Amino acid sequence: MIGYQRPDGRKGIRNVIVVTYLVECAHHVARRIVDVSADMDVHLIGFPGCYPNEYSLRIMKNLCVHPNVGGVLIVSLGCEGFNREGLYAAVAATGRPVETLVIQQRGGTASTIAAGVKAVAAMKESIANTPRVAIGLEDLVIATVCGGSDGTSGLTANPAVGKCFDRLVELGSTCIFEETGELIGCEQIMADRAVTPELGEAITACVDKAASYYTVMGYGSFAPGNADGGLTTQEEKSMGAYAKSGDSPISGVIKPGDQPPSNGLYLLDVVPDGEPRFGFPNINDNAEIAELIACGAHITLFTTGRGSVVGSAISPVIKICANPDTYRRMPDDMDIDAGRILNGEATLDEVGGEIFEKVVALASGQRSVSELLGHQEFILTYKSFEPVGPACLPVRARRA
Amino acid sequence: MIPKDPSQLILLHERDNVFACRRKIHRGDTLLIDGTPVQASGDIDVGHKLARIPLAPGDVVLKYGVPIGSITQATNIGEHVHTHNMKSDYIAITTRRSTGEEAKPS
Repeated sequence: MIGYQRPDGRKGIRNVIVVTYLVECAHHVARRIVDVSADMDVHLIGFPGCYPNEYSLRIMKNLCVHPNVGGVLIVSLGCEGFNREGLYAAVAATGRPVETLVIQQRGGTASTIAAGVKAVAAMKESIANTPRVAIGLEDLVIATVCGGSDGTSGLTANPAVGKCFDRLVELGSTCIFEETGELIGCEQIMADRAVTPELGEAITACVDKAASYYTVMGYGSFAPGNADGGLTTQEEKSMGAYAKSGDSPISGVIKPGDQPPSNGLYLLDVVPDGEPRFGFPNINDNAEIAELIACGAHITLFTTGRGSVVGSAISPVIKICANPDTYRRMPDDMDIDAGRILNGEATLDEVGGEIFEKVVALASGQRSVSELLGHQEFILTYKSFEPVGPACLPVRARRA
Repeated sequence: MIPKDPSQLILLHERDNVFACRRKIHRGDTLLIDGTPVQASGDIDVGHKLARIPLAPGDVVLKYGVPIGSITQATNIGEHVHTHNMKSDYIAITTRRSTGEEAKPS
């Protein structure tokens, strides 16, 4: 595997230029810059809100200095509340090329688009010589999410990702799983896998927080339809999603934007702290993917039963289809056909091995199907978090 | 394609005492359970569970290698395991708060 050396010591598997808008009012201009640039490694991200928010600034900073990012073009309307100087400074401090275009100071839409296209082209040239470097599995941060799940997800794709995660963790990678709201019922099982009892308590507390949050949001947990599919209990349903995490010990709990301090398996606590304020914790799958990437994820393993098509800006998504019928309907959107497990054509271990090989291939430069199809979905909204407590990160050794 | 594994059953974890069905099972079908042929005593749908060993009331049901509830009625090998003979052992956070009880895995 060969990638890109970043000044902070991390290594990227892509060399992307991100164009980021800081308020919805700058979205069109930023999108045109990306469209006109017509390059699969120029990606659009942004924040729609006008009011500032500490969480979104932190996530945006982390995304812009992600190891897969080589340069950043910031597109601001001019009067929005986003701290654009702070974002610029954070990127500039890493030595990456960065430029800010303020539409109100640039003469409006057309001239800002023209300036932006030029800036991207110049940046593209300046990052072409980014030092290439060998990448090992210990350099990789791999995340997992599920979306458009059905009864097959917990039988095929999710446990297959678990097998892949076990192998990655054993070989020194950092792996992240999340969505504590879907893990209600297996908190004790998770806690028992924690590397310290205190971390176990922290895990239980964050699932309790999710349960309380979702209750306020009016979310149900175990629905009658689940029983029709053969799921008997709340804990069984949650285990279907939890199976993505595999069997490795859990090394820590992180929050969106935190970088895992060492290799191992981490739980990302995505549910905001404090009283519910800004609505649903994650309004769609890409909101979760963006947070995982902000934690340093190079690749996201996305399991789907009903057939999600999404990819992501910045870090590629590997789509693992749980349901053989769905795979037959939309094979071009899937990287891995885990439904073969259901048909008896492959074992969990074999599909876990295929996912592992796909991770290695992507980290060697191969493109995932969603990348090739141009999927670069991205969303970032309002949230608020407290920093994690000391019990959450018992292992603090830096990756070598 | 010829299935590598012609079994109707998926064992999700070696510790498990239930299988998940990958195909619909009909009453009278022969199931091969750890090498032993067993007649299915009833219909079982895709995604549902059946017993890998004889299970007694109070036995913890293991799927994915972890407890997902416990048995409420004696269950034969190969028999359907679902809401009629199994219950949740999960104590929801709201209940724990109101009773002061701690969650236990079984």
